[in-house]
Amino acid sequence: MPDGKLILITGRSTKQGTGISTGKELAEYQEATTILELSRADMARFGLHEGDTVKLWSRFGEATVKCRPEDLPDGMAFMAFGSTINQLVGNETYASGMPDTKGLAIELEKIPA
Amino acid sequence: MQVDNVVCAFCGCVCDDISVTVEAGRITQAKNACVLGKAWFLSHGQPSDRPAAMIDGQPADLDKAVDTAARFLAQARYPLIYGLSSTSCEAQRQAVALAEVLGGCIDCCTSVCHGPSGMALQGIGEPTCTLGEVKNRADLVIYWGSNPAESHPRHMARYAVTTKGMFIPRGRKDRTVVLIDVRPTPSARAADLFFQVKPGKDFELLWALRALVKGQVLDEVGLVGTGMTLAQLTDLAERMKRCRFGVLFLGQGLTQSRGKHLNTSAAFLLVRDLNSVTKFALVPMRGHGNVTGVDNVLGWQTGYPFGVNFSRGYPRFNPGEFTVVDVLSRGEADAALIVASDPVASLPGKARQRLTEVPTIALDTHESETTRIARVAFTTSTAGIHVEGTVYRMDNVPLHLRKVLPSPYSSDEEVLGRLLARVKELKPC
Amino acid sequence: MLRIVNGEVYDPINGINGEVRDICVQDGQIVADVDVTGGRTIDATGMVVMPGGVDMHCHIAGPKVNLARKMRPEDHRNDVMPRTPITRSGTGGSVPSTFTTGYRYAAMGYTTAFDAAVPPLAARHAHEEFNDTPVVDKGFFVLMGNNEFIMQRIAAKQHERARDYAAWLLQAAKGYAIKLVNPGGVELWKFGGNVHTLDDEVTGFGVTPRQIIQNLADVSKELGLPHPVHIHCNNLGIAGNWETTLETMKALDGRRAHLTHIQFHSYGGKPGGLFVSKAAELAEYVNAHSNLTVDVGQVMFGDTTSMTGDGPLGYLLYQVTGRKWANVDVETEEGCGIVPIEYKDKNHVHTTQWAIGLEWFLLINDPWRIALTTDHPNGASFMSYPRIIRLLMDREHRREMMKQVHPKALAKTHLPELDREYSLYEIAIITRAGPARLLGLKNKGHLGIGADADITIYDKDDDKEKMFACPRYVIKDGRILVEDGHLREDTYGRTFFVAPAYDPAIEADIREHFDKYYTIRFENYPVQLEHYLPRHQVVACSG
Repeated sequence: MPDGKLILITGRSTKQGTGISTGKELAEYQEATTILELSRADMARFGLHEGDTVKLWSRFGEATVKCRPEDLPDGMAFMAFGSTINQLVGNETYASGMPDTKGLAIELEKIPA
Repeated sequence: MQVDNVVCAFCGCVCDDISVTVEAGRITQAKNACVLGKAWFLSHGQPSDRPAAMIDGQPADLDKAVDTAARFLAQARYPLIYGLSSTSCEAQRQAVALAEVLGGCIDCCTSVCHGPSGMALQGIGEPTCTLGEVKNRADLVIYWGSNPAESHPRHMARYAVTTKGMFIPRGRKDRTVVLIDVRPTPSARAADLFFQVKPGKDFELLWALRALVKGQVLDEVGLVGTGMTLAQLTDLAERMKRCRFGVLFLGQGLTQSRGKHLNTSAAFLLVRDLNSVTKFALVPMRGHGNVTGVDNVLGWQTGYPFGVNFSRGYPRFNPGEFTVVDVLSRGEADAALIVASDPVASLPGKARQRLTEVPTIALDTHESETTRIARVAFTTSTAGIHVEGTVYRMDNVPLHLRKVLPSPYSSDEEVLGRLLARVKELKPC
Repeated sequence: MLRIVNGEVYDPINGINGEVRDICVQDGQIVADVDVTGGRTIDATGMVVMPGGVDMHCHIAGPKVNLARKMRPEDHRNDVMPRTPITRSGTGGSVPSTFTTGYRYAAMGYTTAFDAAVPPLAARHAHEEFNDTPVVDKGFFVLMGNNEFIMQRIAAKQHERARDYAAWLLQAAKGYAIKLVNPGGVELWKFGGNVHTLDDEVTGFGVTPRQIIQNLADVSKELGLPHPVHIHCNNLGIAGNWETTLETMKALDGRRAHLTHIQFHSYGGKPGGLFVSKAAELAEYVNAHSNLTVDVGQVMFGDTTSMTGDGPLGYLLYQVTGRKWANVDVETEEGCGIVPIEYKDKNHVHTTQWAIGLEWFLLINDPWRIALTTDHPNGASFMSYPRIIRLLMDREHRREMMKQVHPKALAKTHLPELDREYSLYEIAIITRAGPARLLGLKNKGHLGIGADADITIYDKDDDKEKMFACPRYVIKDGRILVEDGHLREDTYGRTFFVAPAYDPAIEADIREHFDKYYTIRFENYPVQLEHYLPRHQVVACSG
């Protein structure tokens, strides 16, 4: 089993942004906010293909998402803002008011089809 | 019917040149709007059968809903008012008045977005400018931790990169654009120089730049693992010193990563130091709608920009103590009023959990995860579409929102005003 | 209805100097007589009755002030204002929040306040803050001294176009007067430069500060504005700047102008060296030239916040003090700089500044041409006005205060020799009658028939600071707002602005300017009257 540790970056994306207006319940927003982007090398390392389902853990929670390849450094994953990433982000703000929204350590496991 | 010069209040760009076409009560076109703005404009006008008010998910009389909501808030010992980005300043002012009468906390999306920039301002100050200065003068533009192509799609064209200005007659050709991020985003394609830095290393890189700007000698060893070499940093520092007018746009890559206000403080200090050799400004890439507006309203009414508490009868400020994630995740808030925001979707685990455990009242223009768990939910009209009001751009320029469509719903300002009146009756002081 | 009986009235505009007489109020105005059935009589026996105070130059609203508030949480923490059943809460310090600002002016007997410097691009913001500033009637001056459109017109020798634009701008912003701050210098600061003399060229625009000053002084007159051009001279705060100030006065060459916070512009000495007072030399010139008026900008010892449209000055203060610094350059228009500052009584320079302000008060012969200000909060908070009044009225107290300051610095000024004491009549002039007249507000600053019923009633006290800090009654528009130190009502005053006429043909030029250099649309620039000025009054221009 490969080392499943990754750094998760969360942020805005176009479809996440338009989905706020067109409707968060619609497929476009749902897909945009439940897809994990990984580098091609990491996809290969985990034996993943585009559209596969993976389970993610952080210290604070877990989520089940789909994945797809993207131009990213190895060891880094990206997911757009939304409910799903908030299952992984913790509440500790270290007296700053701001949680650790970016740079979260997560683990990944492929879920067999 | 066409309405010109309409202001878009979706992102912090607050573009005011949108030409909106209204046909049969719907917005069918939004010329000049970017993909985000178009989605925002075009999503308005569909007939809605959403009730103006709901109690526990059931349609309710508006007066009854106001009364029920007011009771929840008035009975709470530590109520929280949160959100306020996607609404007008007129509504925000009512919210602050309500927080004061309730003796509770009021926080806005700033605390999970550019609060760290506000904290850097408090420690260091802020050399900044309005966006027109960038258009007219900036020959070096740096985006750090920002992906404007997806977060502020017209920012580069309208303000910072391709637009021509008084001292930048050739537009893009007269500028050098640098982008610094942990991954190659669509924005990186627009940059002359893209530096892919390692996550969590912005603080070290900013301090290294500060040292280089001040002429200090650095060891390559200290930069290992940052994603940039000494040569790259040295070159960047030189470009910053040699430019005529440089601008650093700071994004959430700095505010939301390890370091947070220490990152922004480092960036603010760097820009401040650069002013001893050339002209340099910074502009936080403020995001959602009118978050700059609520920042300003809280500023002038209380003296503080976010994370304000009124429990003692006067405003107090403390990030980490009165900010939304902390107040909710520590289980302190025992009632919540959410305005123009969807924290059940946008806040982490325990914080949003708390909203489902205490009486939550929500004001929003459409259904959301937050309205679904709310004990009392109000459907309100949209500032900038259905109701006039004031919005502030990311650089604090105030604009007036137009009314383009009628709406059967009350505005946030009206509903908040009614809540305020009812709470005052319930809590005479 | 209100009748104030038996008070000792000081109404200099109407020549009343301590006469015991009744003041009658009806429907918000002073009337000759009133039937107070259903109204109230105030027995003011042994009390002093004056018109409400008028602050003609302070910084209380708009983007610069708000940035200072947000920048300085430490300024607010120890000075809080809890809510009451009637009033909103807030925070104080040197940059109070808006509700606190209004209430504190009112509690001190001031009923009118003018913000000195608003960049018109953010006029809407100033109006929003005004709408949250209780009690006082207000207005603001519009920054124009570094306006690129104006500079281009002056360079092209198109004075009339500059005038039409200025009129359009005052209307668009709903402002009151034309304000110049370091004319030409703030434009150059946008690339890190500044001007140093009246004849330095503003690079890229082909104009000089002298031309900006003369043209806009003429424009103010031609438009018939109620208040003449209001000038913050070049080189504020620099040793030796008195020569620039004198040059500016001479450049005005008989044109009416108001030179603001003149204390900061009265320094001899060499650049980089200690200040020497040149107040006497400049006061002599002002005494001899009736076209000029000034307000002092008195410095008082303590911690405060400097906030100025003079961007390069802000940076200089940062370099000198090392404290936090904010700067905002506003596209095509203006700029600002903010730095906290502490004036220390044992400091040579600060003592000189303090003494210079007092010299101005004591050396100007005509109290109608000098107004009491601290350039709040730059020299000190407006809350220090009562302390200044005491210094002016009580020579012994002044001498006591002089013992506490830097002796060598003090000795280099004329202050120790100046024995003059202000009378109540003269205080009434420099704090209400004079500023009202200088602003051209015909119904303010006096208690004659038809005046706005803004009245302050003081208990007499030998300690003039105490007397003026706590008026017994403050009446605004005929309503008793403050009584025995308590605010009884939360009300909001009016915003005054001017709407001078202009040739609409200018709009095509302005529109083109917007397209090229602004980042907002011409159509979205003007402030919407009904929305932002729910209570307003247009003051007529005589042009």
